[in-house]
Amino acid sequence: MTARTRRGGREAREASMVPPAEFQSYYGRPVLKEPVWAAPDVPGYLFFGGLAGASSALAAAAGFAGRPELARAAKTAAAGAISLSAVALVRDLGRPARFLNMLRVFKPTSPMSVGSWLLAAYGPAAGAAAASAVTGRLPRIGRAATATAAALGPAVAAYTAALLSDTAVPAWHEAHRELPYLFVGSAATAAGGLGLVLVPPERAEPARRLALLGAAGELLAKSLLIRRLGPAARPYQSGRAGDLMQAGEVLTASGLAAAALGGRSRVLAMAAGTMLVTASALTRFGVFHAGRESARDPGYTIGPQRDRIRQQQGRDTP
Amino acid sequence: MAHAASGPGPAFATGPADAAGGLDPAASSGYADHPPRMGFFTDTSVCIGCKACEVACKEWNAVPADGLDLTGMSYDNTGALGASTWRHVAFIEQPAPAVPDSVLPDPGGPIAGGDGVRWLMSSDVCKHCTEAACLDVCPTGALLRTEFGTVVVQDDVCNGCGYCVSACPFGVIGRRESDGGAHKCTLCYDRLGDGLTPACAKACPTESIQFGPLDELRERAAGRVTELHEAGVSDARLYGADPADGIGGAGAFFLLLDEPEVYGLPPDPVVTTRDLPRIWRHAATAAASLAVAAILSGAWRRP
Repeated sequence: MTARTRRGGREAREASMVPPAEFQSYYGRPVLKEPVWAAPDVPGYLFFGGLAGASSALAAAAGFAGRPELARAAKTAAAGAISLSAVALVRDLGRPARFLNMLRVFKPTSPMSVGSWLLAAYGPAAGAAAASAVTGRLPRIGRAATATAAALGPAVAAYTAALLSDTAVPAWHEAHRELPYLFVGSAATAAGGLGLVLVPPERAEPARRLALLGAAGELLAKSLLIRRLGPAARPYQSGRAGDLMQAGEVLTASGLAAAALGGRSRVLAMAAGTMLVTASALTRFGVFHAGRESARDPGYTIGPQRDRIRQQQGRDTP
Repeated sequence: MAHAASGPGPAFATGPADAAGGLDPAASSGYADHPPRMGFFTDTSVCIGCKACEVACKEWNAVPADGLDLTGMSYDNTGALGASTWRHVAFIEQPAPAVPDSVLPDPGGPIAGGDGVRWLMSSDVCKHCTEAACLDVCPTGALLRTEFGTVVVQDDVCNGCGYCVSACPFGVIGRRESDGGAHKCTLCYDRLGDGLTPACAKACPTESIQFGPLDELRERAAGRVTELHEAGVSDARLYGADPADGIGGAGAFFLLLDEPEVYGLPPDPVVTTRDLPRIWRHAATAAASLAVAAILSGAWRRP
């Protein structure tokens, strides 16, 4: 067989550097469907879900550390963010009126199903915790709600990584090892950052610590992702997604430095917090667009599968 | 297809086996007493590119029009499978060594003339995977396995979340703009219930699309490959017929005359949920890390 048809990617998308450089395709057309999920709804949903989940964990930590002002701010942030997250999720459905159909089954094979149940349990808890903290009423229920939200919050922040990874989208699926750590890092960055914005630094040590741990974790997870994926990580490094990821990285590092060195300066702490919250959002948008780009370009689908076949054949016929 | 290298094996594919040693999807979905698994064998070596399958499918299933676009790349102005395209005929024009007519099987075979150009035509369709990612990830249960082992969307349950669209390794299922729901080939579930042949297979004038019990189709397909190899068409190969592949074998499989990617098919698709146990483990570890980070953040009480 000598007939070799189209060398797909090159003619279709000259700018992108696709691994491997030469692959066959059907007139350069994508193999996969591009995700129908749209920006800003879905990346916004990822961001707000992470901010909410980590804020609930921060609220409990602040309560333990004797920082009621920070605890109250974090609970309010969690309730607000999870509401925005839910709105974004419902808005992105093709048939928003039927969003409750998510709760007619429970399927561990569907991270979206697991996530729906998580949100159904977490959302009311976060709301009750905030309501009790703000009004000062029903303190016992408030404490129970705070504990429930803090226990479920990390899961809310992490499950969205499973949601994206459990797809055929190359940049999301291939990154399934690092994406959860990147997402919880990003969530902690956002929650800590928002705490620094809302509460004076001398009364916000837990927020600062969480922001520092989160930002460090986020940067580490991202560098591991890029290193392990090799050429398959290109969607995270080029185009719009690459710009978003890079801007996020610069802001994370700057925010990290400002938060670490800012001392008691309210202005510096607020600047650090703003940078960290923005960085977290940029990272989510970057990951989202990297996935879309990798689905659009047949090279990311065909290249790694071809390599796998070649390796398999190499093993079969030594 | 080569075996999938990713993951230790099917995560959720445990259940009764069919005659060929593959998983019996209807039985593992809870049908105790069910008809044989039905499927398509699309023999592209006899496809003439008439698109009768596309038309018959649209007519029978009342699938709405989805544009009259000229792609400018070939006689394929359909482009791809999607929410409103459940059969898609691919046209591939490629340079080829001139093949003497005497070598070609009769009837059909790859269309080759003396000018060193050949045409490949192939009617693509939903693969009705044994391990179906769309079905696994559907959060509403709108996607279901039928007693025939096929995969269908219940339109009245689907809330249009679009998860199936990103999960399908073949880019088959799509979300329709007009109604917001996900749609794809049903293997004419309504006709199957009445013992009828699906519309596309019924309309196919060359029997390129063959419908029947999957066991029989696999046997027939293996025979056809042997026949073509003996006739000198050494590139004939089956796609999706192996129960050991990354999707546990397709309910709708193909005989191709070139590499799958030339037809727009992934060369080694793997159902994404094979990695799901590992995905959940990492997500759980990450969640635990966040909890630990929060605990560390609050661990120093105010002096």
